[in-house]
Amino acid sequence: MKYPTEASSASALPGRASHTASGRLWKRIVKGKYIYLLAMPGFLFLLLFKFVPMWGLLLAFQNYSPFKGILGSQWVGLKHFADLMGDANFYRMLRNTLLINLFGLVFYFPLPVFLALMVNEVRHELFKKINQSLVYMPHFLSWVIIASMTFFILSTDIGIVNKLLNTFGLTPIPFLTQSSYFWGLITAQTIWKEAGWGTIIFLAAIAGVDPQRYEAAVVDGASRFRQIWHITLPAIRPTIVVLLILRLGHMADVGFEQVLLMMNPLVREVGEVFDTYAYTQGILRGQFSIGVTVGLFKGVVGLVFVVTANYIVKKLGYEGIY
Amino acid sequence: MSFVHKKGLTLFDYVNYSLLGLISILSIFPFIYVFSVSLTDPDTYIPFKFYLFPHDFSLASYKYILSTNSFLNSLKSTVFVTVVGTALNLVFTFTLAYALTKKHVVGRNFMLGCVIFTLLFNAGIVPNYLLVKEMGLLNSYWSLILTSLTNAWTLIVVKSFMDALPEELEDAARIDGCNDLTVFLRVVLPLSMPAIATFTLFFAVTHWNTYFNALIYLTDAKKWTLQVLVKTLVIDSESSGIAAAGSAEDKMIPQETIRMAAVVVAMLPILVVYPFLQKYFAKGVMLGSIKG
Repeated sequence: MKYPTEASSASALPGRASHTASGRLWKRIVKGKYIYLLAMPGFLFLLLFKFVPMWGLLLAFQNYSPFKGILGSQWVGLKHFADLMGDANFYRMLRNTLLINLFGLVFYFPLPVFLALMVNEVRHELFKKINQSLVYMPHFLSWVIIASMTFFILSTDIGIVNKLLNTFGLTPIPFLTQSSYFWGLITAQTIWKEAGWGTIIFLAAIAGVDPQRYEAAVVDGASRFRQIWHITLPAIRPTIVVLLILRLGHMADVGFEQVLLMMNPLVREVGEVFDTYAYTQGILRGQFSIGVTVGLFKGVVGLVFVVTANYIVKKLGYEGIY
Repeated sequence: MSFVHKKGLTLFDYVNYSLLGLISILSIFPFIYVFSVSLTDPDTYIPFKFYLFPHDFSLASYKYILSTNSFLNSLKSTVFVTVVGTALNLVFTFTLAYALTKKHVVGRNFMLGCVIFTLLFNAGIVPNYLLVKEMGLLNSYWSLILTSLTNAWTLIVVKSFMDALPEELEDAARIDGCNDLTVFLRVVLPLSMPAIATFTLFFAVTHWNTYFNALIYLTDAKKWTLQVLVKTLVIDSESSGIAAAGSAEDKMIPQETIRMAAVVVAMLPILVVYPFLQKYFAKGVMLGSIKG
């Protein structure tokens, strides 16, 4: 309560109203001079690298030519958006985005919950510690490393799985180049990288449960499963609900680096998402306006989703992301 | 029914321990495999054999990649970006985060609003690329450093950490004649050491692992960072191997032992700091409950 005392009491006391409103404001600004000094580097960074590029969003409404610049390029209104909606690629990207997310929701999302429940039942502290150290590790590796390992394990010529199949005289399986495996592959990578790490937030919620409740349940004759069902699960239910809603809020997002690294011409049909399209069209092919249009579409949809999800979370009485 | 109190293990425990053991093995199996192959002698390595332990122990693959200029250069530039980038990240993040804790400074809510907005909406890949291009930063390592000086999520987490610091200490320092600047330097920063340690690691890992920005901002292959080089070495040579099997280009495709050695070098720093990452980050996740 350092700043408010003077400012608020000054406005509350009519006797000191001789100061003009703008004079008071100026005084408060001067008082905060060092704070502005501290805020300046970070704030200027945000302005320059996060807000100035918003100017580039105008490209979505023109036939942008790098030689003519934003001011000289021809304005075309919503043409690019109309073209996008009429493009089969658009529906392919939409389908891929939704399905990759749906796969994640069904196959990845429940796993950290199960894993946390299992880890919580371990009484042997050393076992627990070693297990956690091992399953958390992949979280910190880059997607390049994860993708490289995927190649070492699943590719047709050097993948260890196909080497084994070969040893047994079976035909190799083209995990990385057949489109029917793609969504499963992406989900499996996410599981390997994140399922272990994802348990932390649930384990923290479980740690808050009073041990006496388990003791009471044992006295009442509750089995391990009934203890999990009636005590542990209710304790982490709010966490599950919040994470689920927030995840639904990110339905427009797909792990972009991950998909880009696993992409090849044979799986483009099932792998292309908005970001990869914006990258290939906008940067590799130099069609800046199309790249910006796709990015803007995705950004706006994502914004609406996230804000809605956060609103729901707050409405339910939990803490949102902002 | 008091079997849970007994020392003996129940069927439930056996199943649980076995499954968790299996999950642990699945988690580290790729590491063990990649380490083993990278440490196998490239000359006696048989591509169609299964290795779980180094076959003929040899550091030849490591010696080879560390003798190539492209690899050494990428290693050097990645270290440069990581060290300089992390140092600047800390400065830009902690100063602005502290300013954001001052609720009654004029314009603070506006600044916080701007920060939260960047959390929710980003101009996108192409506008960001065009800005970097306009600024003449393409093919400069500063493109990687300057575009990621701080970010909304970290700012908000550090801000809520600082919000939780005891206010009395700041007040006492002010009575002793400190201004906002000296309070920040002498009181807030020393109290923020746990957050500084956590985010030093966080920023360093992020810079080390950066792939996409390096891919689009560094178009000159001589400037590539480690992640881009490893990707090309492992994944592109694999795909080109599919297309050009049997052609003369095959000699250009690095051997598996060498590719795996490259992957090991690219993840080694992460594994070295991993014990610290685990220690600080388990707590860091809980810092994630963000307040406005």
